[in-house]
Amino acid sequence: MRISTIGYSMKQGVKNIRRNKMFSIASIATMAACIFLFGLFYSIVVNFNYIVEKAEEGVAITVFFNEDTTQEQKDSIGAQLKKEDGVLKVNYVSADAAWNKFKDQYFGESSDLAEGFKSDNPLANSDNYEVYLSDVSKQKGVVSFAKSLEGVRKVNKSDVVAKTLTSVNKLVGYVSVAIIAILLAVSVFLISNTVTMGITVRREEIAIMKYIGAKDGFVRAPFVIEGLIIGAVGAVIPLVLLYFMYDKAITYIMTKFSLLNNIVDFLPVANVYRTLLPIGIALGVGIGFVGSFFTIRKHLKV
Amino acid sequence: MIELREVTKEYSKGVAALNGINLKIEQGEFVFIVGDSGSGKSTLIKLIMKELEPTSGTIIVNGNNLSRMKHRRVPMYRRNIGVVFQDFRLLKDRNIYENIAFAQRVTETSTRIIKKKVPAALSLVGLAQKYKAFPKELSGGEQQRVAIARAIVNEPAILLADEPTGNLDPTNSWEIMKLLEEANDRGTTVLVVTHNQEIVNEMQKRVVTMKKGVIVSDEKKGGYKHEN
Repeated sequence: MRISTIGYSMKQGVKNIRRNKMFSIASIATMAACIFLFGLFYSIVVNFNYIVEKAEEGVAITVFFNEDTTQEQKDSIGAQLKKEDGVLKVNYVSADAAWNKFKDQYFGESSDLAEGFKSDNPLANSDNYEVYLSDVSKQKGVVSFAKSLEGVRKVNKSDVVAKTLTSVNKLVGYVSVAIIAILLAVSVFLISNTVTMGITVRREEIAIMKYIGAKDGFVRAPFVIEGLIIGAVGAVIPLVLLYFMYDKAITYIMTKFSLLNNIVDFLPVANVYRTLLPIGIALGVGIGFVGSFFTIRKHLKV
Repeated sequence: MIELREVTKEYSKGVAALNGINLKIEQGEFVFIVGDSGSGKSTLIKLIMKELEPTSGTIIVNGNNLSRMKHRRVPMYRRNIGVVFQDFRLLKDRNIYENIAFAQRVTETSTRIIKKKVPAALSLVGLAQKYKAFPKELSGGEQQRVAIARAIVNEPAILLADEPTGNLDPTNSWEIMKLLEEANDRGTTVLVVTHNQEIVNEMQKRVVTMKKGVIVSDEKKGGYKHEN
């Protein structure tokens, strides 16, 4: 295609938008609403994943040893656990450290009450490995692996936390995908309607084009450009809006629910936008392209 | 140049708009196609434009067998055919210059050539001064002249005119016919579908008369015939 032809098609695409002003505005608004909701859900999902990930890091399983397990065997168990799929890190907790931790938790400021055990650590055989997981769903596998190792007496785990986190994570994922899919379908439908309007208005011009010998691409180009512009504008507006709203929303949540400060940690906007920006724009432009291209194929029979 | 062999076109089963037509038009000829409404004249034009497919038979134009022509080849084929309609079919939102330039843009002609050819085409139809005017500011005759300029700007080998004087008064009709004759003098094959008896009788060109989908007469220098 010649450069002058590309320029001409672009001009016609812009003209189409101006000609069907109301429909174009409606399409841009709907597209903007869809991309805004998409951005909102995306932000919620990635933040939820981030919070879950952080929580998962805190979910550990504890591996205790047999009384006669040698230090060498313990080191070997630690090395093998580190290599296991789904394991983030492995911490060795000595019997003394375990007792100190217990003392702090249960006696608190009255630690002198525990003085009676000074020379006789009640948790003498409780040295262990705290195994932190990168993925909670792998917990079952890691537990059975740990149990199978020689020298291991007992493996403690928290089923409830692991299962709850995994299922909530899945549920949020499914719901988000479903909502986003519905929104995208609505957007394609609306863009398709706008382009159909444009085709109806320009039916005569299209017929003349075909009589004169316009190639299919030449007839389609202005409509595809119209769809692309609507898609791009419809994506940029909500993305800019969401960018400025994101920080404000987090600050609001943190001040309104100050209790959350110690429990959850939100992702900074730059981290979210590293993925959301290209996906949002690609979605807008992609929907614009799909909506217009297939509508023209259907209506023009060029 | 244009050859139809045993061409039949049925729109619905059993109702033939054209029935076994045989017609041969040589390069540089000027031919009138005449006949009453429903005789198949417009169907003939649409078949030559490859807007319709024949139910049976063969159509050969410029050496192309239209039945075998692939869809993607149709635009290139049509670029060699200029069309003029009874209702002009100009783009109302564009001025005269843009209407003619449009025909060249569609064929992806460079802007440099468009700037040269559009004024030349406008001069040929005597509207060089009105290039900025919009269709609604022109008379019917002037609008049809613009349509002719648009049809000839790409220098097609064939010019098809479907009732080009149907909406015009006698004076304007004659001006339009003069322009079509001039195009013919420059070597373009011209095919005119018309009801205008006066023009057909006066111009003494080849006249093909159709009735109910068949050719009832074909005269080298004929006149308008009423077949009952």
